[in-house]
Amino acid sequence: MPKTIIEKLWDAHVVSEKEGAPALIYIDLHLVHEVTSPQAFAGLRARGLKVRRPDLTFATTDHSTPTTPKNLPIIDPIAAAQVKQMETNAAEFGIPLYGFHSDKQGIVHVIGPENGLTQPGMTVVCGDSHTATHGAFGALAFGIGTSEVEMVLATQCLPQRKSKTFEVRVDGTLRPGVAAKDIILALCAKVGIGGGTGSVFEYRGSAISALSMEERMTVCNMSIEAGARAGLVAPDDATFEYLAGRKYSPEGADWDAAVARWKTLPTDDGATYDQSVTIDASTLEPMITFGTNPGMGMAISGAVPDPANVADPIERESLRKALQYMALTPGKPLAGQAIDVVFVGSCTNSRISDLRAAASVLKGRKVNSKVRMMVVPGSQPIKRQAEAEGLDRIFRDAGAEWREAGCSMCIAMNGDQLTPGQYSVSTSNRNFEGRQGKGGRTFLASPQTAAASAIMGQVTDVRTLLG
Amino acid sequence: MIKFTPFESHVVPMSIDNIDTDQIIPARFLKTISKDGLGDQLFCDWRYDAAGTPKPDFILNQDWAKQCQVLVAGDNFGCGSSREHAPWALTQYGFRAVVSTSFADIFKSNALKNSLVPVVVDSATHQKLMALPRDAKVALDLAAQTLRLPDGTVVTFPVDAFSKYLLLEGVDELGYILQQDEAIKAYEAGRASTLNTLAA
Repeated sequence: MPKTIIEKLWDAHVVSEKEGAPALIYIDLHLVHEVTSPQAFAGLRARGLKVRRPDLTFATTDHSTPTTPKNLPIIDPIAAAQVKQMETNAAEFGIPLYGFHSDKQGIVHVIGPENGLTQPGMTVVCGDSHTATHGAFGALAFGIGTSEVEMVLATQCLPQRKSKTFEVRVDGTLRPGVAAKDIILALCAKVGIGGGTGSVFEYRGSAISALSMEERMTVCNMSIEAGARAGLVAPDDATFEYLAGRKYSPEGADWDAAVARWKTLPTDDGATYDQSVTIDASTLEPMITFGTNPGMGMAISGAVPDPANVADPIERESLRKALQYMALTPGKPLAGQAIDVVFVGSCTNSRISDLRAAASVLKGRKVNSKVRMMVVPGSQPIKRQAEAEGLDRIFRDAGAEWREAGCSMCIAMNGDQLTPGQYSVSTSNRNFEGRQGKGGRTFLASPQTAAASAIMGQVTDVRTLLG
Repeated sequence: MIKFTPFESHVVPMSIDNIDTDQIIPARFLKTISKDGLGDQLFCDWRYDAAGTPKPDFILNQDWAKQCQVLVAGDNFGCGSSREHAPWALTQYGFRAVVSTSFADIFKSNALKNSLVPVVVDSATHQKLMALPRDAKVALDLAAQTLRLPDGTVVTFPVDAFSKYLLLEGVDELGYILQQDEAIKAYEAGRASTLNTLAA
């Protein structure tokens, strides 16, 4: 029977299946960071257990770490203790770590692919909901809680129920000024923040095939914002080209064997999905969110919806509450809305192509004097590459801050944050209340839209600045 | 793990859809390396003003709500991050069940690992629960998978059979996986590996 890539990945990882219990599935790569792992390591210690497969485990510090110059200490004592605990745990349990002072440190979902740790056909987990990023390589990658982190550390396995399959077909050609970020924001707006609950997305179609690996990562990254725990793209030549020669990629005969195996992964002709949705890439505009979850998004030329037009009472109340928090007027366009901060970064949009896209808009222009713009590369190698290309000069000359790698203001637990009432255009993945700082208000958008908005000091359609 | 037993409780209604994990427990409290002490920070930014004083109009700050063990919330409760700090905060506050029309996947999985029962009900039942008077009580029986409303209506709710078994018997899930070492070894013996993070 023809199978989807999602079913092939599942079938290849079942360790055991017992009546009445979930299947036990094997995990090929476990990524670990400082925030969701300390309690798991404490659990191992309490039971006297070791990490079963340190050779399939990799750690970094990214969430709590400051993005100020590396010669400065971590000023927050609680964050410093958490970072230190990650170092202690990695050393004690024999896990490789790109720690705070490593020249390879970066956001967990950036460094996995960057180093060739993430490979097609793998199951990948991490105590982080944006683990779906790794699905861009044709891996079944999903976020887990700390109890599950402990289980994987101890056994390399997880009891799991099979998810439903959900085809996200995106055909057509993106128009100038429209980015991969706009595809995923459009999907979130179309199916809603809970639309993919219980499912794994497979992104396919001509518009997906045309995306670079970094763009595919942007799309897969936000699968969870449409409710799906995982989202993936079948591997193809772009995938193999990206992986060839990376630090942990297979080499020589191993590489040839791996590629041959990876080529069997794509969904078979005639395979069916539990659910499907289609998006026409050629009709997409740059997207922007107006509300307090990523499903509350619209084309940048649109108007803020009116709760009065929503029939369901709880839905109406939720929209009313969101607009009250955002202090926005129903029926008005969002373009032209004054902003205070622009954030370019996060596991969604902090890779070299994202920085190039933002720099291409900013080049020869200035960040509006009312706006603070922060540019935070996803990893130290990306930072060095951007500097080699002169992108840092473009950002600095425009008046933006060029910072060290980390999650930064996406999750705002490292000191980089909005102050109450501030508006931000952010390339990150969540616009929840207070996500980027207590009382802060976030508009999610692409790096291009973020850069254009920084220049104009207001939410801006980047197409008005294209030459 | 403690065995999950039937109980009766008043309910706290929060008629908002898509309550995300950043509302349940804001990220700035995730710098802890412990599981404890999160109950006071539950719904922190809705519960306290800028000076840290409880907001009197927020439901959890009202005296009658303080002993409630059942939270009734809008659709897609627990969306957002994978932080297990969310169920830790809810259970440390005193909740033993959350009732909604649906739950986000990772939250549901995390809740079940912490003796917090995610109860999915139909929208008619949900509306009834949202409108209950303060003194009304519901009764939750996990073994029977039932929620009894004050009017005597008994609704059944779905629970993953394995999770239910773990909760009712107080079985340790990691211990269960460790018992399958033979199967894990057999799988590892046949698995093609192209990664060694300890190399290079």
